[in-house]
Amino acid sequence: MSDHVVSPKLYVAIFLALMVLTAATVWAAGQDFGAYNTAVAVGIAVTKATLVILFFMHVRWGGKLVQLFVASGFIWLGILLAITLADYVSRGWSLTNAP
Amino acid sequence: MSNAHSSALRHHFANLDQQKDSSVLGMWTFIVQEILFFGGLFLVYTIYRHEYFDVFEACSHHLDWKLGAANTVVLIFSSLTMAMGVHAAALGQKKATAAWLVLTIVLGSIFLGVKVVEYTEKFEHHLVPGPHFLPPEEAAHELKIQPSQTGQAQLYFSLYFAMTGLHAIHMIIGIPIILYLAWRSWHGAYTPAYHTPVELTGLYWHFVDIVWIFLFPLLYLIGHH
Repeated sequence: MSDHVVSPKLYVAIFLALMVLTAATVWAAGQDFGAYNTAVAVGIAVTKATLVILFFMHVRWGGKLVQLFVASGFIWLGILLAITLADYVSRGWSLTNAP
Repeated sequence: MSNAHSSALRHHFANLDQQKDSSVLGMWTFIVQEILFFGGLFLVYTIYRHEYFDVFEACSHHLDWKLGAANTVVLIFSSLTMAMGVHAAALGQKKATAAWLVLTIVLGSIFLGVKVVEYTEKFEHHLVPGPHFLPPEEAAHELKIQPSQTGQAQLYFSLYFAMTGLHAIHMIIGIPIILYLAWRSWHGAYTPAYHTPVELTGLYWHFVDIVWIFLFPLLYLIGHH
């Protein structure tokens, strides 16, 4: 399963896509998307990370068990972020408004 | 069992395929732990970026985004050369593997060199958190914030050094490992059937690249609009 040999052309194509997305990140930083500025930046970064994981890290050809492990990492990261931030949003833990 | 490849097979595995699958899964288990390790820092960043929104943007202007962008290109290019190294190893091209790995090291070293320049500039401008950080009045002038927000600015630079520093430490650990692999590959240690160390180190290097892909926009590019 992990013995899949990928064409170097695909690696170069992924590299070029990552370069275009890096330029897009810099460009997007100069635009004002209002409340979505960070969301746009993180969205582009997630796209780049996905390309690296799927192709450079061979997860696309890695088999279901590897894919499950990779997904579990991001699911736990999501839990870490979501539950902690839910507390900050819902419990009035704002640091700037602290008495 | 007397062929050249079998020397790489440990006795508790049925065959090289099973051994390799186990190694790859083990490496991914390590990387999943690394995702959460860095994830804690990204969580702290998210909370304080939200709390001290304007101060973080003001401080971000003190990073040179052009150096950050150049380093992003260098590091992604090093991921390409690493992928090519793994590819060459899978084809049994021992010297080509070593060459791609050495190129990866050169690019990684350029990245770290740029970081040295950036860190030096922060020390010179007293932007390193701690007793030598700019006093409030000077910080207010230098960073265009209120004097009372100096602590918040120190928090931004604490996160900057913690996140980029931890990232750089990962690269400093990775480079000698890649150098060892290049040396081993040059001497014919890896074959199409067994080149797992090259592949696993590639996974590590790509992971470090991914961390930077997030650090660049979140630290260097906030508040540019």
